[in-house]
Amino acid sequence: MHSPSPNPRRAPFPMSADPTARAETLPETLPLPTVPRRPFLQTARTDRWWSKPLVVFLGLSAFIVYSTWAALQNAHFEFAGYLSPMYSPLFFDPGAGAPSPHAVFGAQPSWWPGWIPLYPAFLILWAPGGFRFTCYYYRGAYYKSHWASPASCGVGKAQKGYRGEQRFPLIFQNLHRYFLYFALAFLVVLSIDVYRGMWFGPNHDEFGIGLGTLVLAVNVVLLSGYTFGCHSLRHLVGGKLNLLARRPARLRAWNRVTWCNERHQLFAWLSLFWVGFTDFYVRMCSMGLWADVRIL
Amino acid sequence: MPKTTFKIWRGDSKGGEFRAYETEYSEGMVVLDVVHKIQAEQANDLAVRWNCKAGKCGSCSAEVNGQPKLMCMTRMNTLPLDRSVTVEPMQAFPVEKDLVADVSVNYEIKKRIKPFKPRPPDHDDGTWTMHQADVERSQEFRKCIECFLCQDVCHVDRDHHYHLEGKFIGPRFFVHAAYLDMHPADAEDRLADLKERDGVGYCNITKCCTVVCPEHITITDNAIIPLKERVADRYYDPLAKVLKVIGLGGKK
Repeated sequence: MHSPSPNPRRAPFPMSADPTARAETLPETLPLPTVPRRPFLQTARTDRWWSKPLVVFLGLSAFIVYSTWAALQNAHFEFAGYLSPMYSPLFFDPGAGAPSPHAVFGAQPSWWPGWIPLYPAFLILWAPGGFRFTCYYYRGAYYKSHWASPASCGVGKAQKGYRGEQRFPLIFQNLHRYFLYFALAFLVVLSIDVYRGMWFGPNHDEFGIGLGTLVLAVNVVLLSGYTFGCHSLRHLVGGKLNLLARRPARLRAWNRVTWCNERHQLFAWLSLFWVGFTDFYVRMCSMGLWADVRIL
Repeated sequence: MPKTTFKIWRGDSKGGEFRAYETEYSEGMVVLDVVHKIQAEQANDLAVRWNCKAGKCGSCSAEVNGQPKLMCMTRMNTLPLDRSVTVEPMQAFPVEKDLVADVSVNYEIKKRIKPFKPRPPDHDDGTWTMHQADVERSQEFRKCIECFLCQDVCHVDRDHHYHLEGKFIGPRFFVHAAYLDMHPADAEDRLADLKERDGVGYCNITKCCTVVCPEHITITDNAIIPLKERVADRYYDPLAKVLKVIGLGGKK
C-alpha cells in the first residue's frame, strides 16, 4: 500500500460575497466532479440492480407484442355479450355478414377505401396506449428498462447529451392530462360492456352472470384503480390548490385520488395484465377452446 | 471478531484511486464506525465528514457499494460481507479529499429560488387561517436534512452535471421549491423559473431520489410531479388557458 497522495490546496468553491443575496446565475468557474463518470452499464452496486428493469422490459414488451397481435387478428374479440377491451368501443364491425351487436356504427362503411384494411382496435387503442405511454409511472419505468436513461439508479449511461422532457420530442409527455380525459371516458364505455355482458341468449335478452362477466368487471375495477390514481388527476382535483381545505369536496376527492396514487404502480401492472387476460379469455371462449361458466 | 475488507476511494480534486483496508468489525457497527476504525488504526490522514452519527445532520453522505447512503445509517449486517465493501465520495460533486465532497454548489442553487412571499393576511390582526390538511403537504418537505444524496443519485446531475452548468436545480431544490410553492400562505410565482432556468423538464421520473432519501420524503410523487403539473397548467395546456380566461382556473 503506497502513501496517500498529497492534498493540494485549491481555491474553495466560489461563494457569493453576500450570503443573503439571491444569485441569479451560478458562478462560472464550477469544478467538475473528480470521480470519473462510469461507462455504460457500469456501477459499483453489488445488488441485482438489473433484475427490476429486466422484468419491466419483459413485461411491457410482452404486452405490446400481444396487444398488437390481438389488434391485427380482427376476429374472436367477442363472445355472447362479452367484448374484448382491446376492441371497445367497437366503431365498425370488420367482419363480413351481419354486423356485431357491439358495433356502434354497424358494418364497415362503404366509403372506407377497400385497399386499406380496417382494424377497429387501432381506431381506439391509441387512447389507452397514449395514456400509459405518457403516464408518470410508466415513463420512469420504460426510461430505465427500454432506453437505459439510466438503466437503474447509480448505473452508468450511454447518452452523452440529454434533453429529457425539457425539449422536443419528449416535451409532449406534458399532454398526459388529455389522455386522462379519454381514459375516464373509456371507464364509462367498459362499464357499459360489463352491463352488456350480463345478457345472454341469441337475442341478448336473458339476464345472467358468467365468469366472463366477472372478468370484464374486474377489468373495470383495476382500470379504475389505475386511472383514478393518475398524477394529473390528483393535480386537477385538488393538488393545484394551496388552500385545498377550504373546499371540502375537492379535499375528499384529493385524498381518495392520493390513496390510489400511492398504489399507482401496483394498479398499473394489475390492470395491464388484466386487460390482456380479458382479451385472452374472450378469445379463448370465442375460439371454443374454453367454455364460459354461467354463475347465474 | 469477523474481518472485512473496505475499498475506500483515496484522492483529491486531481484524482485518486481505491485502496483496500482489512479490518475487524463487530455486531451493531455501521459503515461510519468501520471507516473511523480504519482512520484510527491504518489511515490517520483519511478525510471523512461526519457530525451527529444519528442520520439527522446529513454530513456523512457517501456511496457504499455504489449506492448513495448516509454512512452512519448503513449497518454492516445489511451489506454482503462475503466480498469487499466499496466506499467512495458522492460522484455528482467535486472531491475535496477522500470521502469529503464539495457540496457548496447546492447553497448557491438554493439562493436562486424565490423565497417565501406571504399573501395578504386573512384577518384584520394580520394573521392567516391555515388548515392542517394544507400545512401537511408542505410539511413533508421540511424533513429534508440536506444530505444531498438525492442530488448525487439523480442522473441529470451525476452523469450530465447540469446542476454545475446552472441548467437544473436537482431533486433537493425541487423539494424546496415545492415546499414554498405549496405553502398555504405563499403568493410568489416560481413557475417561469421552474420551467426555464431550473429545468424541471429534465427530470424523467426515475424516482432514484425518492429511493435514496433517508427521511423517506416522497420526492418525485409529492414534489416534482406536482411542480411539473403546475408548469403544464400554465405552459402546455391550452384548455387550462381557456378556463383561466373565463375565470374557472389558474388559482394557486
